[in-house]
Amino acid sequence: MERVFNKSRLILWGSVALVFALLPLLFPGGFALSMLSQLGIAIIFALSYNMLLGQTGLLSFGHAVYFGLGAFMTAHAINFVEEGAFGLPISFMPLVGGLTGLVFSLFLGFVTTRRPGTPFAMISLGIAEMVAASALMFTTFFGGEGGIVTDRTAGGAVWGVSYGPQVQVYYLIAVWCFISMALMFVITRTPLGQIANAVRDNPERTQFIGYNPTRVRWIMMSLAGFFAGIGGALTTINYEIITAESLGLMASGNVVLMAFIGGIGQFWGPIVGAVLVTFLQSALSNFTQAWLLYFGLLFLLIILFSPGGISSLIAMHGPLWRAGMMKRLMPSYVSALCSGGVTLIGIIGVIELLYRGTLLVGVHVAFTWIVAGFLVLVGAFFLRRAIRSVAQAWEDLSPDLAKWS
Amino acid sequence: MELGDTMNRHALSLIDVRKRFGQTKIINGVNLEIVAGERHALIGPNGAGKSTLFNLISGRFPVSSGSIALNGSDITNKEPQVINRLGLSRSFQITNIFPKLSVFENLRCSVLWVLGYRYSFLRRISALRDAKESAERTLEMIGLKDRREKMAGELTYAEQRALEIGITIASGANVILLDEPTAGMSRSETDTAVELISRVTEGKTLLMVEHDMGVVFDLADRISVLVYGEVIASGTPAEIRMSKKVQEAYLGTQIDGDEE
Repeated sequence: MERVFNKSRLILWGSVALVFALLPLLFPGGFALSMLSQLGIAIIFALSYNMLLGQTGLLSFGHAVYFGLGAFMTAHAINFVEEGAFGLPISFMPLVGGLTGLVFSLFLGFVTTRRPGTPFAMISLGIAEMVAASALMFTTFFGGEGGIVTDRTAGGAVWGVSYGPQVQVYYLIAVWCFISMALMFVITRTPLGQIANAVRDNPERTQFIGYNPTRVRWIMMSLAGFFAGIGGALTTINYEIITAESLGLMASGNVVLMAFIGGIGQFWGPIVGAVLVTFLQSALSNFTQAWLLYFGLLFLLIILFSPGGISSLIAMHGPLWRAGMMKRLMPSYVSALCSGGVTLIGIIGVIELLYRGTLLVGVHVAFTWIVAGFLVLVGAFFLRRAIRSVAQAWEDLSPDLAKWS
Repeated sequence: MELGDTMNRHALSLIDVRKRFGQTKIINGVNLEIVAGERHALIGPNGAGKSTLFNLISGRFPVSSGSIALNGSDITNKEPQVINRLGLSRSFQITNIFPKLSVFENLRCSVLWVLGYRYSFLRRISALRDAKESAERTLEMIGLKDRREKMAGELTYAEQRALEIGITIASGANVILLDEPTAGMSRSETDTAVELISRVTEGKTLLMVEHDMGVVFDLADRISVLVYGEVIASGTPAEIRMSKKVQEAYLGTQIDGDEE
């Protein structure tokens, strides 16, 4: 019988905690630390989003609303602490963000969760627009275009923790990220979590086993808003400034991408998505101006070739791994990887040439164009064959796999 | 007979129930009384409104007029989940399960409300022994024990129909509505299903829509015939078989136990 924290699961969560604790020692640099902090926040946000999409079947285009409102409220709370209006250590500020997210998702969710499917998606988009517009109108709360600035060291040091150095902020984020991850995981293993899956699969039928699907969606949305708010609060603490951008449509769209790229079918899928997307956004944008294009390309490829996201691709190989059949796929994978790599280099060449406006004909430029075009053509030719051989390899081992399991 | 008296004896009573969709009248004043503990079959030609009547009783659609009582309390136009909590559970003609949950999870979901776990997110579901045991019992009853961990969407059609019945009866509701439980089944599958239905509805009130006259005459204590949204006859299988009105309604088709 399954238990929430059996031995292997405890080991897994233990190692996650250990990794969180050790990461700053392995990557102590400034860029790495701010990157890791960002990752922790993105993980909370993406997992909270998947409580809606993956677990309850609600495609929301406005989840950043709760993230952003939590962030703004936290900024004000920190400023109040600075003014001496009340006292709350920075370490517990994420609760302010979480409660803000909870309250707003309780209110707004009451309206939006009445209908699932497309109406829900559209209403969530409408609400996101509305809140984003309000953010520019109500400047006292949202600070207009400049946003709200805070000072995370405001409360003074508590037990020697001042939140001056970034590494302390990282550990704050890591602790809250770990707690949020664990709580969100536990929720999937409760009666509510189970019924949310049932509502996702077939809302009407849940009514005939005594449940009110609207109520289930509402509670799930409120909980998702709570965790999104925690993420928002951590953003405020991390950057010490919060602007209307953080609750806008771009931010809402971003978390949809994270969830889909990582995969919504597994609990850990959005974690993969959050890490990959955040990393690409920070790293790629350092190298090229055209990073958004590459990002779009990646999203396209994943939706086309692995609609279940990266996590489903990984999960698919689980049975093979256990059966010791991985090596039978290797030849076809290696050829796909090589030809894919060549194609990719060619595509990158073409995109960069186009992007930098080097259409002017010169001997050097023409040569580069020819090389890039050649790589794309040759790579694509071999890639097609490699994809066919991958499909063939899967086909060949499926009877053996069926026997094994 | 006093009204209160009737209500006590009747698991379900429908008084002058009508349903219109726009200008189309589907149900034209149905009066129907289902005695507690009986197995009652609702038959009638296609388009007579049998499924619509089920949808009205179970709260899927609101009635246009009339009233419906369950075990003596009024359930007219109540929401499906409210009616379900009062002890009425139904199945669907088109299989209506939770395709991405395992068979066991499907059944466990079906008992959570009745065991009082409602929307709880503070308890581990795997620690709920009563929910587990109850689901396990239903699993055994519907004969899907070796399919326990399979995703419901991957079952064969007949297995899905059995699961459909399992979800319906799992909560232990005392009034069961089955909408064409054997539709699309082979002869042997039908026999298994009939055996299953009679076993799981032991001591309960059953109202079922069924086209297979063999099944109807095997199972039903009483039969009602619905034609063009009206109940034209109600009685024991023998009475229905003899009824002139019923024979006319079926346009001369013979109603007997061997017909499919």
